[in-house]
Amino acid sequence: MEPFRKRLRQWLTLIGLSAVLLLAGCSREQYVVLDPKGPIAKQQYDLIVWSFGLMLIIVLAVFGIFAYVIIKYRAKPENKGYEPPDQEGSKLLETVWTLIPIVVVIALAVPTVKATYGLEKQPSSDKPPITIKVTSADWKWIFRYPKEGIETVNYVTIPADTPVNFEMDAVGPMNSFWVPSLGGQEYTMPGMVMHLWLQADQPGVYQGRSANFSGKYFTHMTFDVIAKSPADYDKWVQQVKKTAPKQTEEQYLQLLERGLAKKMTFSSYPKIADQAGLIGEVKGIRDKMNGPKEPDTGTMHHHHHAH
Amino acid sequence: MGFHLPKNFLVTGEPMIVVAEVLSVLTLAGIIFVLTYYKKWKWLWDEWLTTVDHKKIGIMYIMTSLLMLFRGGVDALLMRTQLALPNLHILDAEHYNQIFTAHGTIMIFFMAMPFIFGLMNVAVPLQIGARDVAFPYLNAISFWLFFVGCMLFNISFMIGGAPDAGWTNYTPLAGSDLAPGPGINYYLISLQISGIGSLMTGINFLVTILKMRAPGMTLMRMPMFTWSVLITSIIIIFAFPVLTVALALLTIDRLFGSHFFTISGGGEPMMWANLFWIWGHPEVYIVVLPAFGIFSDVISTFARKRLFGYGAMVYSMVVISALSFLTWVHHFFTMGAGPAVNSFFSISTMAIAIPTGVKVFNWLFTLYKGRIEFTTPMLWSVGFIPTFLIGGLTGVMLAVAPADYQYHNSYFLISHFHYVLVGGTVFGCLAGLYYWWPKMFGFKLDERQGKWAFWLFNIGFNVCFFPQYLVGLMGMTRRIYTYPEGLGWTPYNFISTVGAYMMGVGFLIMVYNILYSVRHGERDVTGDIWNGRTLEWSISSPAPHYNFARIPEVDDVDAWWHMKKRKRKQPWELRPLKPIHMPNNSGRPFIMSIWFFIAGFGLVFEWYWMGIIGLLGVLYCMLKRSFEYDDHHYIQVDEIERTESAAGRA
Repeated sequence: MEPFRKRLRQWLTLIGLSAVLLLAGCSREQYVVLDPKGPIAKQQYDLIVWSFGLMLIIVLAVFGIFAYVIIKYRAKPENKGYEPPDQEGSKLLETVWTLIPIVVVIALAVPTVKATYGLEKQPSSDKPPITIKVTSADWKWIFRYPKEGIETVNYVTIPADTPVNFEMDAVGPMNSFWVPSLGGQEYTMPGMVMHLWLQADQPGVYQGRSANFSGKYFTHMTFDVIAKSPADYDKWVQQVKKTAPKQTEEQYLQLLERGLAKKMTFSSYPKIADQAGLIGEVKGIRDKMNGPKEPDTGTMHHHHHAH
Repeated sequence: MGFHLPKNFLVTGEPMIVVAEVLSVLTLAGIIFVLTYYKKWKWLWDEWLTTVDHKKIGIMYIMTSLLMLFRGGVDALLMRTQLALPNLHILDAEHYNQIFTAHGTIMIFFMAMPFIFGLMNVAVPLQIGARDVAFPYLNAISFWLFFVGCMLFNISFMIGGAPDAGWTNYTPLAGSDLAPGPGINYYLISLQISGIGSLMTGINFLVTILKMRAPGMTLMRMPMFTWSVLITSIIIIFAFPVLTVALALLTIDRLFGSHFFTISGGGEPMMWANLFWIWGHPEVYIVVLPAFGIFSDVISTFARKRLFGYGAMVYSMVVISALSFLTWVHHFFTMGAGPAVNSFFSISTMAIAIPTGVKVFNWLFTLYKGRIEFTTPMLWSVGFIPTFLIGGLTGVMLAVAPADYQYHNSYFLISHFHYVLVGGTVFGCLAGLYYWWPKMFGFKLDERQGKWAFWLFNIGFNVCFFPQYLVGLMGMTRRIYTYPEGLGWTPYNFISTVGAYMMGVGFLIMVYNILYSVRHGERDVTGDIWNGRTLEWSISSPAPHYNFARIPEVDDVDAWWHMKKRKRKQPWELRPLKPIHMPNNSGRPFIMSIWFFIAGFGLVFEWYWMGIIGLLGVLYCMLKRSFEYDDHHYIQVDEIERTESAAGRA
């Protein structure tokens, strides 16, 4: 009965609070998409503003015409005898309102294509980038620093003002790696490596989360992106190398199993971590490590993968 | 193989589900009691379960859809309640996941599409001056397959456990490794069964419209709703086989251990997303184009003007249908297809705005210089224009691929597709419901209550979904079951929930309106209660089962409007009556669908013996049908005369 009572209390709390409309406390910083903190997010923000402006013009124009016709031409007792004209259409008018959207689409398509290609390139190309490998697993984010040989879980530290090349894959279901303050998202998928450039202009902590549903605890798949000044970043790397524990193969495999994890830091990671995302399935990775297995003749719907 | 009763076969862990189970059993018992007490079993069998009359089939589609609108709506309210405030635990993660999966699946497959199919069934043959659809027996099978597919899906949360991978059901999340158990099987098999019915409906209406139009009704004289259904039928015929294949591949993966979608077996999980959306994007137009057709007919009727730019309206729908197959990648711009592919799909998606814009302006100019009467169907149609405009233009914003990286899977997206699907399809269905109700039942739904329902639902809708654009820009993603404080999301979510409840109240008023109007609704004695323009208004209400005593001859768009204007009777109206050829009722479509249900239920639990028995039953029904020769009858002239004069016609 305990959950019942607990739920009842929650329902009552909810109803009680319905009386109060909570409208206070929204500032621009909370609209993370509209408050870009890096060059990638800035490019996307500019496109959002441009497309919004174009759309707003259309909305206002159509709402204007709409309001005019439905008010002016509504049936009233005064126009009882009025018989509307038999209009078939108008070639001229129809051409005009075919051309207007074509112009709008062109005005939108050109910067869209430009940015679509632009975002593939390293931002601020004069600065040397760093590479961080991202693996999503149920339901946590694992970050590996191939050059430094270190690993973090559920948070990632990056140098500010430096382009970061995220190389992403997944073990288990697809997720989507999203740090709205720094730029738009990209899927993480098993068996495939994806690339995403992000860059933070200033040191700070930015919220990241998975944007693609991946099962039971998907909601809790959040992570922090901690941008430090390049000097502080180097200090952090050295400190991790010195103080954090090494990660064993078994610990890594444990991490891939379904479940939540706390923030973690390791001064090394096992070799298997580099292949995990390409194998893509926890079971597949375990099988691969245990060597070739006898073909399974068990129940049909419980497929084991023989390698 | 064998018979393994899964643990928790009857779901009992969740108090809410237990309550639902008890209510379901009580409802069922109540229905059985009422039918027995009032001796209605024979009536139910003769008039409804065995009918091949397209109008009755249409009514059954609509009633089931309204029921599913209720079910999907309750799911929505549960979700909105859970999200009203941060850190609530009214629903846990698992239950929430099942509910949003059910909400999406039910609203698309078991509410929107069958509602459209219902209105198609009711109106299309009447609009083209036909006595039936091309394949009435097949039509009954289509309905019953939809119905049992729907029922199979609906029992999942009580028996065995509901699917929980989202209505898009992406692999590998929906594969047997990550989602063992019957849940996803329910999704796959119930959609497969109802999907077969949908494909057959597409074929049926394509043939009906191409082959059964009254003399003189050229393609370019068809009512706009019929045009939209013709185009929709073509989309169905091209799109549904893709869904059939996708569902079959995943079913084989899950049941028989193949690897179409698993990496380590050499499969490709992304293929599911591609196949799903190659069907899924056209599906959006399958449900929204007929709504466009309804708006066109309703707007021209109540503006008392012919549709402005008829030709352009037709061509724009043709262009939309072609483009609908060229945009599926916009559902996963962020899946790494590369800039060339993303640019192509970005522009092809934006391009849909061009024909759609033409349509909006043509509707506005149909209203221009009209004499607009704001009846309930007209309110839904006029209310559609601003709502759909907002939904459509945010759709263009989403089509900008780099910007979509920031909107994808966020509440901005949720808001967009609810603005187009509710503002387009649901508004269209409700406009059609109020518009054709007198034709279906011979009385009008109460206008005052109808207007109350419209305003509550419409305002509630905007209160519910507009804040979701904003909270999306705050980084809130879809499908999360709770969120922490301090992100600024709380007020928007709370307002959104209030709006959802307003929509719920609007729906309840609509249901009350139906119950009230059964007794008190204005009776339709003329058959033309709206002063309509198209042929369905030329016959009595409710339409006699043979529809037209004499097949009309058509010489213009808005045929009935011109007939009324002419006043003098045309030669065809004076011809003698002739016996009418009609198909016989048959219980077999109903019985066959029960075999489908048995087969489906067996496959869900991987009880193959049961699956095989069910499929053998299906096969037996097909065999029986192919040896049936006595499947039609004639209505004699005296009976037609009696029916016509009873309806007050000479």
